[in-house]
Amino acid sequence: MKVIDLIKELDLVKITDSFDENIEFTGVYIGDLLSLVMSRAKQGDLWITIQTHINVVAVADLLDLSAILVAEGMEIDEDTAIKANDLGLPILQSKMSAYELACGINRLGI
Amino acid sequence: MEELIKRYEYEIIANDFDIAGSTSSSIKRNLKSIGVDPSIVRKVAIVSYEAEINIIIHSKGGKMCLEIYKDKLTIRAHDNGPGISNIDLAMSEGFSTATNEAREFGFGAGMGLPNMKKYSDNFNITSSSEGTNIDIDIYMD
Repeated sequence: MKVIDLIKELDLVKITDSFDENIEFTGVYIGDLLSLVMSRAKQGDLWITIQTHINVVAVADLLDLSAILVAEGMEIDEDTAIKANDLGLPILQSKMSAYELACGINRLGI
Repeated sequence: MEELIKRYEYEIIANDFDIAGSTSSSIKRNLKSIGVDPSIVRKVAIVSYEAEINIIIHSKGGKMCLEIYKDKLTIRAHDNGPGISNIDLAMSEGFSTATNEAREFGFGAGMGLPNMKKYSDNFNITSSSEGTNIDIDIYMD
C-alpha cells in the first residue's frame, strides 16, 4: 500500500513532505526501543513509534523502512523533520494510539 | 592473511546523541555503492549501529573501522574506557547500564551486544578499564 493512500485513509498529519509519492509499505512494526527495532523491523515496514528524537531517522534509514508514523500526537523534534526531509523519508503523525493505528491499517488489508 | 581491499576509519564522539547512527549510515552507503548483497548490508548496519551507539552512550569516545576483504567484512570498535566490568552479564538480553537520558531517547534496551553477536559470524570482545575492543566478521556468502 502506498504511504500517501494511508495518509488519506487514516487522516494522518504529514510532518515531512519531500518524499516520493510512490513509496509503499509492505508491513508494520511497532516499537520504541531502538535496538529491538533494529533487530526486528524489516525493509519496507511502516514503523509506528512514540520516539521522536533525531535518532529514529538513522534507524529508519539503516533498515530501509518506508515511513515513520508517530503515535499519540507526540511532538516531533525539528531536527528530526529536517533530516528526514533531506533523506526523503516520510514522517507522519496521528493522535491515535499505536493500537488504534495498527487496527486501522489492518482494516485496510495490511 | 586475507588481503585487505579497503579500510575506513571513523571517529565516534561520546554523548553526541544527535549524530548517533551517522557513522553506520556512512558504512551502509559505502557497502551499497560497491554492490554488497542487501542481506549482508542489513547485518552490517545492525552491528555497526549497535557498536556506534554503545561507544556514544557508554564510553569516553572511540573509533570504528570497516575493513573490506574479498570474502568478508570486518567491523572493529574500540573505545577509551571505562570498560565493561562483567562481560557475561552485559551479553545477556535486557541487561543495561544506560542512563535515564539515553533511555528517554529509546536506547538502553539491553540488546546492543546480543544484537551484535546474533548478526555476526565471528564476534570477539575484550574489555578492561583502558577500553573495550569488539571485532566482528560478517561473511559475504
